[in-house]
Amino acid sequence: MKTQHIGVFIEQRGGVLHDVGLELLGKARELAEVSKGTVSAFLLGRDISALSDDLIAQGADTVLLADSPVLEPYRLLPYTSVLAQACETCDPDILLFGATRMGVELAPRLAARLRTGLSAHCMDLRLDTEGKLLQMVPGWGGGVVATIRCPDHRPQMATVMPGVMKKLVPTERSGECIHLSVKEDLHRFGPKVLEVHIEEPKEMPLEKADVVVAGGWGIGNPEGWAILEDLATLLCGAVGATRPPVDEGWVSESRMIGQSGKTVRPRLYMGIGISGMSHHVVGMDESDCIVAVNTNPDAAIFEVSDLAVVGDYREILPPLLKEIRTRLPEGRIDTCELPQ
Amino acid sequence: MKRMIVCVKPVPDPNAWDRLQMDPVSKTLIREGIPSVINPLDKHAVEAALEMKDLFGAEVILLSMAPFDAQPVLREVLGMGADRAFLLSDKAFAGSDTLATARILAQGIRNIGEFDLIFCGNFTLDGSTAQVPSQVAEFLDIPNVMHVCDMSILKTESLLLTQKIEQGTVKLEAEPPLLLSFTKEANKPRYISFMEILAAEKRKINIWDNAILNIDETLIGLKGSPTQMADLLLQPKQRKGIRLTGNPEEIARKLADKIHQLGII
Repeated sequence: MKTQHIGVFIEQRGGVLHDVGLELLGKARELAEVSKGTVSAFLLGRDISALSDDLIAQGADTVLLADSPVLEPYRLLPYTSVLAQACETCDPDILLFGATRMGVELAPRLAARLRTGLSAHCMDLRLDTEGKLLQMVPGWGGGVVATIRCPDHRPQMATVMPGVMKKLVPTERSGECIHLSVKEDLHRFGPKVLEVHIEEPKEMPLEKADVVVAGGWGIGNPEGWAILEDLATLLCGAVGATRPPVDEGWVSESRMIGQSGKTVRPRLYMGIGISGMSHHVVGMDESDCIVAVNTNPDAAIFEVSDLAVVGDYREILPPLLKEIRTRLPEGRIDTCELPQ
Repeated sequence: MKRMIVCVKPVPDPNAWDRLQMDPVSKTLIREGIPSVINPLDKHAVEAALEMKDLFGAEVILLSMAPFDAQPVLREVLGMGADRAFLLSDKAFAGSDTLATARILAQGIRNIGEFDLIFCGNFTLDGSTAQVPSQVAEFLDIPNVMHVCDMSILKTESLLLTQKIEQGTVKLEAEPPLLLSFTKEANKPRYISFMEILAAEKRKINIWDNAILNIDETLIGLKGSPTQMADLLLQPKQRKGIRLTGNPEEIARKLADKIHQLGII
C-alpha cells in the first residue's frame, strides 16, 4: 500500500476550535497508521498558533499554519486561495473537511479550483489495498450507502458530518508547525463581513448529549411535546425531533435529527411517536441504545430499535417519569451540567 | 438589477423514497413510479428573485440541468412568475458528479449572457451534497455565499446578507455579480393560483443540448467526473427490537431498569 499524506482542515471561529476538526484528526491518524503515512492539520486564522499543540496531541504530525489578519474572520475567497496554495506546495493525497456551515461552503469551492473530486457527508472512510480512499456516503435519506472513489485526481476530498468520527485522547506526541506564507493582497476578498454574532448556548447541545429524547408527528400537539422536554430534562439529556414537529413549530429547527439535520450518537436515544423514515434514522442509528415508543406495531422505527414499546406515549411516559424520579438521588435534577 | 438567474432542480418526491428499489444486477436505483417535484428550497430562491423583479423589474430566468421529462416541473415554477426557463439536457450530461454538473450549469449561465445575481436553494433533497452552488460560482469566478437566511438591498444596490452558522449569524455586505444559496428562513414562497398553473402549462421551455453549450465531452458526464461510484448497497439496519409488554406501569419499570443499566440514572 502506498503511503498516504492526509490533510485535515481545522475549523475555528474566533480562536475556538470546532470539534469536528479534532474528530477528523482521529480518523486521519487511523488511516495514516494503516498506510504508514502522515497527517497534516491545515489551520487558518489570526493569532492562533497556540492551537497547534492541541492538534499535534490529538493526531497531527504537522500543523500547516496560515496566520494573518486577512484570515480573521473566516471569508470564503481568502480561505479558498490560501488552501489552494497550500495544496500545491504540500500535495496531500487526501483532504478532509467537517460538513459544517463553513465546510460545506469552502470544500466545494476549493475542490472546483483544484478540479478534483469531493464527496459529501461521509459516514465512514477507508483505504483500499492500494491506499486509495473509499468514501461511504448515505443517499436517499440513508436508505442506501454508496461507496465513492476519486481514483485519478488529487487530493481526494471528502466532508464528514460532525459527531461521526471519534477524537483521540490527547497524548504526548512530537510534531512540527510550518508557517504558510499568506499574500496580504489576496486580490479579491468577496463579501465584506460586517458582524459575527455568536449566541451563547442556552440549552443542552444535541450533538453532545448523552441522552436524546426525540419526538415525531405522533406527539400530536405542543402539550404532548412538553412531556418530552420533561423527560429529557430529568435525564440531563436533549430533545430532538423529526421534520414534522419542526414544521409545526413545536420545537426549533436546531433540534432536527437526520439527513438535513444533525447526527447524534448518544448512549440512549428514545424515539417517541416517530415512524422511522430513513432520512431521520440515518442521523441516530449509531446510538448505543435505541428505544422506540409508537402506537403502530408495524412502525419502521422498531426495526432499528433495541427496545420496542407498542403503545401510546401519553400512557407510557407519565409513569416512566414517576419511576425515574423515585430512582434519582435527591437534588440530582439540579446538577446537570452543560458539556464544554 | 437587470437579470436574475435561478438554478432549480426536479427531485424525486421525498414522500415516496421508501418505495425506492435497487436493480440487483446493474446496481442502479429504480426510480420508476416515483414522481418528481421541484426541490423545496429552490422555491425560496425563486421567491428571492421574484422580489427583485417586483422591486427593480429584473428579468427572472430559470436554469436547470435535468432529463427532458423535467419540463412539467419547470413549467410549474414558471407559474410563480419567472420570465423564461432553460433546460440543459443531453445524454452527454448523464452521470455528471457535482464538479461536472457545475461546469455545465456555468456554461449555461455564460450562454444566457449578462446577469446580476444567481440564486440557488441551499441544498437539494436528493443528493444533499450542497456542493454545486459554490462550484458554479468558482467556474464563473464570482463570489458566493451559502446559508443566506435574510437579504435586503441597500441604496447603493449592494446587498445586506445574513448567513446562518451553527453558533449564530454572520452579517455580510456584498455586491453583484454574486451567487447566493438560500435557506427556508429567507422568505415565504408565493402561492400559485390554479389559473396561473393552467396558464403556465402552455409556456415554452428552451432546451439546450451540448451542440449549443459546446463543452469538451471529456470534461462532463461520467468521463468528466473525478468521483466515481464504486458500489451501492441498500442499507439494512436492524436491531433486536425486543418488545416490552405489560401495563404502562410495568413497561415504565422495565424502561427505567434499562436506563439504570446504561448508567444514566
